Amino acid sequence: MSVRIGVRSRLAPAVACILLGFAAAAEIPPGERRSGYEFMSRETRAIQDDDAGNPGMLWVLDGEALWKRKAGATDRACFDCHGDARESMKAVAARYPAFDPALRRPVNLEQRINACRVGRQKAAALAYESKDLLALTAYVARQSRGLPIAIAIDERTRPFLEAGREAFFRRQGQLNLACAQCHDDHWSGKLAGSPITQAHPTGYPLYRLEWQGLGSLERRLRGCLTGVRAESYPYGAPELVDLELYLMWRANGMKIETPAVRP
Amino acid sequence: MARAIVNAPAQAKRGEIIEIKTLAAHAMETGFRRTQLGELIPRDIIRRFTCSYNGVEVYRVDLHPAVAANPLIAFTTTATETGTLSFQWVGDNGYSVIEIAPIRVE
Repeated sequence: MSVRIGVRSRLAPAVACILLGFAAAAEIPPGERRSGYEFMSRETRAIQDDDAGNPGMLWVLDGEALWKRKAGATDRACFDCHGDARESMKAVAARYPAFDPALRRPVNLEQRINACRVGRQKAAALAYESKDLLALTAYVARQSRGLPIAIAIDERTRPFLEAGREAFFRRQGQLNLACAQCHDDHWSGKLAGSPITQAHPTGYPLYRLEWQGLGSLERRLRGCLTGVRAESYPYGAPELVDLELYLMWRANGMKIETPAVRP
Repeated sequence: MARAIVNAPAQAKRGEIIEIKTLAAHAMETGFRRTQLGELIPRDIIRRFTCSYNGVEVYRVDLHPAVAANPLIAFTTTATETGTLSFQWVGDNGYSVIEIAPIRVE
């Protein structure tokens, strides 16, 4: 390109990039990846680090109780099939969203729990963002804390990963912004005083001080979509799960922090 | 589920200053917010937290609508004798939670 433009304007593309503020979207190199944790204040980190003060643990403990509570027409608890979650659920959250052969598409952890409830326990599905579903999800994901995210992509999941990637780089909403424009290109910057993070979903479901409660990754994604004034997808929409799959794959190798705390 | 987490040392030396952390699951609804239809959401907060050490009150907090959800209350007391620490949260709409933590003092 520099040959065609010539020596005189060799700097022009670089200047243009700075002026526009948007360099060609490049994925973050592995060495520069940062969890949202590293963008937080010392005080907020302290809340997450101490189980005695981490409000997410309230949901985890509720989830532990739900794990052992019998439900549905079969009158079985999660515990009756899966046993001690500390063993059976270890590292499970690190590989979700995962491919569901019956649905022939990836499902996230919430959907997997509900599939178990409806299919095995013969109970009613739990509503998205309900206290019980968040509690069970947090309890299951808690068993993966400290373990690296390990999303394995194969031929079955690749199209969904690509769909998620495409969504991440697609400009949308009235503000005409793509996820990548903030979270790949400007993660060292600030938006309205708050740090722009790299959007690695390492700690979901997590306790957000802004929410005054626990919330799922889909809630966060819907918040961002509303932020760019795009029409959001409903909970459980395939588009959201594809994006979750891409984000988790993008964070492969980073450690699970559930239940994380974010500002 | 009304749930609270208490973190207090199970044993301590006599005269030692011990740190106690408590976390209560509560929405702490201020009473000033409105629904999307404009109706006022009634206040629902924890009003008082007390800690008693062998029946003697050693710590008390009055909470107000400005306190965030799921309040974390951390404080210290002096370990004087073996016994129990009891914690009570009392709030609107009949909210009441009691937790007990035994402590051994040598």
